[in-house]
Amino acid sequence: MSQGDNKGYGVVDSAVMARVRAKLGPLGLILHTHNQHGDDTVVVQADDILQVMEFLRHDPAMSFDMMMDLTAVDYLGAERTHPYLEPLKARFEVVYHLYSVEKNHRIRVKAPLTLENCYINSVTGIWAGADWFEREAFDLYGVVFRGHPNLKRILLYEGFEGHPLRKDYDKFKRQPLIGPVN
Amino acid sequence: MMEAAINFLSQPLVFEIGVSLLKVGFILGLTIGFFAPMLAWVERKQSAVMQDRVGANRAGVFGFSVIGLLHSLADAIKLIFKEDFIPRGAERGLHTLAPVVAIIPALVAFAVIPFGGKYTLWGHEVNLVIADLDVGLLYVFAISSLATYGVVLAGWSSNNNWSLLGGLRASAQMFSYEVAMGLTIIGLVMFYQSLSLVVIVAKQENFWHWGIIWHFPAFILFLTCAVAENKRVPFDTPEAESELVAGYFTEYSGMKFIMFWTAEFLEMVTISGMCVALFMGGHHIPFVSQAMLLGLFTDLLGPNGAMLMAMLIGVGVFITKLVILLVFQMTVRWTMPRFRYDQIMKLGWKMVLPLSLVWIFVVGLGILSGVMPRP
Amino acid sequence: MREEDREKGYDFHKKSHTDTMVINMGPSHPATHGTVKFFLTLDGEIIEDIDVEIGYLHRAFEKECEAQKWNGVFPYTDRLDYTASALNNVGYAMAAERLIGIEVPERCQYLRTIVSEMARLSGHYTNVGAGALELGALTAFIYFIEARELLWDLMESICGARLTHNYVRIGGVTSDLPSGFRENIKRIFAKNRELWVDFDTMLTKNRIFLDRMRDTGAISQKDAIEWGFTGPCLRATGVPYDVRRAQPYLVYDRVDFDIPVGSTGDNFDRYLVRMEEINQSMRIIEQCLEQMPDGPINVDDPRWRMPSKDDSSTKMEPLIFHFKQIIEGPQIPAGEVYQAVEGCNGELGYYLVSSGGGKPWKCRVRPPSFALTAAMPLLVKGAMLADLIPTFDMINLIGGECDR
Repeated sequence: MSQGDNKGYGVVDSAVMARVRAKLGPLGLILHTHNQHGDDTVVVQADDILQVMEFLRHDPAMSFDMMMDLTAVDYLGAERTHPYLEPLKARFEVVYHLYSVEKNHRIRVKAPLTLENCYINSVTGIWAGADWFEREAFDLYGVVFRGHPNLKRILLYEGFEGHPLRKDYDKFKRQPLIGPVN
Repeated sequence: MMEAAINFLSQPLVFEIGVSLLKVGFILGLTIGFFAPMLAWVERKQSAVMQDRVGANRAGVFGFSVIGLLHSLADAIKLIFKEDFIPRGAERGLHTLAPVVAIIPALVAFAVIPFGGKYTLWGHEVNLVIADLDVGLLYVFAISSLATYGVVLAGWSSNNNWSLLGGLRASAQMFSYEVAMGLTIIGLVMFYQSLSLVVIVAKQENFWHWGIIWHFPAFILFLTCAVAENKRVPFDTPEAESELVAGYFTEYSGMKFIMFWTAEFLEMVTISGMCVALFMGGHHIPFVSQAMLLGLFTDLLGPNGAMLMAMLIGVGVFITKLVILLVFQMTVRWTMPRFRYDQIMKLGWKMVLPLSLVWIFVVGLGILSGVMPRP
Repeated sequence: MREEDREKGYDFHKKSHTDTMVINMGPSHPATHGTVKFFLTLDGEIIEDIDVEIGYLHRAFEKECEAQKWNGVFPYTDRLDYTASALNNVGYAMAAERLIGIEVPERCQYLRTIVSEMARLSGHYTNVGAGALELGALTAFIYFIEARELLWDLMESICGARLTHNYVRIGGVTSDLPSGFRENIKRIFAKNRELWVDFDTMLTKNRIFLDRMRDTGAISQKDAIEWGFTGPCLRATGVPYDVRRAQPYLVYDRVDFDIPVGSTGDNFDRYLVRMEEINQSMRIIEQCLEQMPDGPINVDDPRWRMPSKDDSSTKMEPLIFHFKQIIEGPQIPAGEVYQAVEGCNGELGYYLVSSGGGKPWKCRVRPPSFALTAAMPLLVKGAMLADLIPTFDMINLIGGECDR
């Protein structure tokens, strides 16, 4: 992936994307795909995330054995960035970056969420390393991961109120200070 | 007036007491006044030299900072003025008692180590050892075992889990290595046929009877056990800085802290003193007997003056050998990483102890077969 | 309790009326670099349970970056992995440049590679030195600190700062190499290689060091990949994954270097991998210096790379572009990109989302040591307290990176 590849929403299909389209497309799981700047991306419904992740992990041609990154994005005020956000009235998007050590290919999986239904299933059953990443997304964005073994705040202290990386959280908001808990 | 004074002082009892007080004063002055500050300076400067940096060189009087020698004095003054606190929930009495119990055995153990030979000054015999016990070795080991109490008390009475861990580690470690230390010496005792350090040193007037020549393995084992006993690197798990913050003396500050530090340095000096007395000939210069020394100086200074000169040279040689061993221990301290606690236990019980037992048999065979001389 | 006892159903604690000790290896502790809290439950010296708590150095990196212009984010990225600042800069700049769709000139790519490798050297010196320090080998630590100091003198001559370099910009770098750089590099690398040999002699075959590091903190390949390990910790388990080889960026496909790979995944292998990477980094820098062509160090587009002070003070268009960049920020087209670089600890990933404005909509950093620290309980449960120290050291948690 050198610099300057594929400006805009290209339709150049890599082998990974072809197989994903072939296997998941017929099941109706794909909302949108793109290959912007050379990053294969597939957008799925939040309710189908476990099925998609299972496929990506265990399919022999995919074998995405490492979950590289898990984060969330808040599109309040910038829904035009992606064409599928406004029809779904989605505000958040949970973004997974997967990598296959065996095959050396990557994919980005995204799942849009609304503010009222900010729930998604946890993938800790598929990759144990997703544990802390999901805790961080919960901490900073308020996305609740169902089935997570220990969904507590990780970077902020327990008495913190609110989810700071949301766009409606004021950077200068004051917080209650609490004493040592032991 | 002078006649009366000299007559009074020449009475045997008064002379003995006076000389003993002088010896005690000399040893106390030497250890607390000279060695403890000097070791602190050596630790700073030697580490600096080894690590290619300058070291502490700022503390000075009227602008004269003599290569950092006055830092120890500055340390002492600073630590005297520090707040002396006892943590909440700690056992007050034991917390205060622990450094005392740590430092006293280190000082008292020096009582049987001869820092010179026997000299006849003005018709009176002066033996440069504070207490000439027949069982000097046993005395030293017994007293050093008491030092364990100081550490364990400090660890337990601080009401701090980290100190407790340090104290526990220290108790197990020191106890294990005391056993091994005692066993390594038995070969030497068989060789010299005496438990008294004075006798052992006296028998090392002949260079070929030095302990280090015939008992080199015992020397290595003894040094290992001694460094472990002393809780210096590589055996400093009780006070492992990176794991236990400061181990058993985490909750100490001010004078009590300095007492622990001084206790550690003094134990180093005691251990080195024992090594010198047992293995390295005490105050003797190799191939130079006392008669030769006296012969050198009698013409110049007369018999008493020659004795005085021999005494000074003997003490000087002893201190030199001590310093050599101390510098060696410091070098090891700054080079080696630190053991893990269970590895120390394994080393003590599974390696040093069996090896020292084997050495006893080897010495026995050597003596019976006539290979080893009988000094 | 030992595993054998537990299996037989023998409750050692109840029988001997003992209990486990709860001890807090808190954020301020000599061994917890980067302020981490370990809440340990000890059975004697054996760790029965460990609860890792991070977040003591959380400084709201992402929220701050969303309030800065695209170029104003660079000082924040410096302070992520602060032992190797320039690497963070390079990663962010490359991600932003991919979003725009520009490519920097060749000399700039070589400069970025040199500075990245120097940052990697600095990070490895710090980590391996601190590892030795925690184990009690204080002289070895000072040797590597001396090597690091000499390296930082070089960095200071390039970009003016020893620690937080702030050297890279979107579309180029701030300054070219100073005069006399090649001679300095030769001299300093000679000294650093000597210090490396000294360090190696003191520790690599030292029985005590081996006892502490061998077979402690081991992890299998499968577990490592599962937990998201990358970098030296993953390579120590035997997986030869290095972003510089897997997805070559900058000029890594034009220089010749080896990827050291371990076998058992324990602390000693991590130590050896890092030591060898130090040598390889020096090799890369020397090759880059030979191959580097002359030419411009910035892309020639004033929309993205601010014009020089000279130009902005004397010509019209540069002045306008300078003004627009400062007031509005470079208007990077909408989109998203993920750019991975090989950081000191592993894959440092930047996920940038742009909504078309002059400020980043989201600037996410994928911290390598976050995934490594998450696996600490796996590495340390059942081991002794004294094993926690080298394990945690070799994981190389950098607080700035993990907590951001």
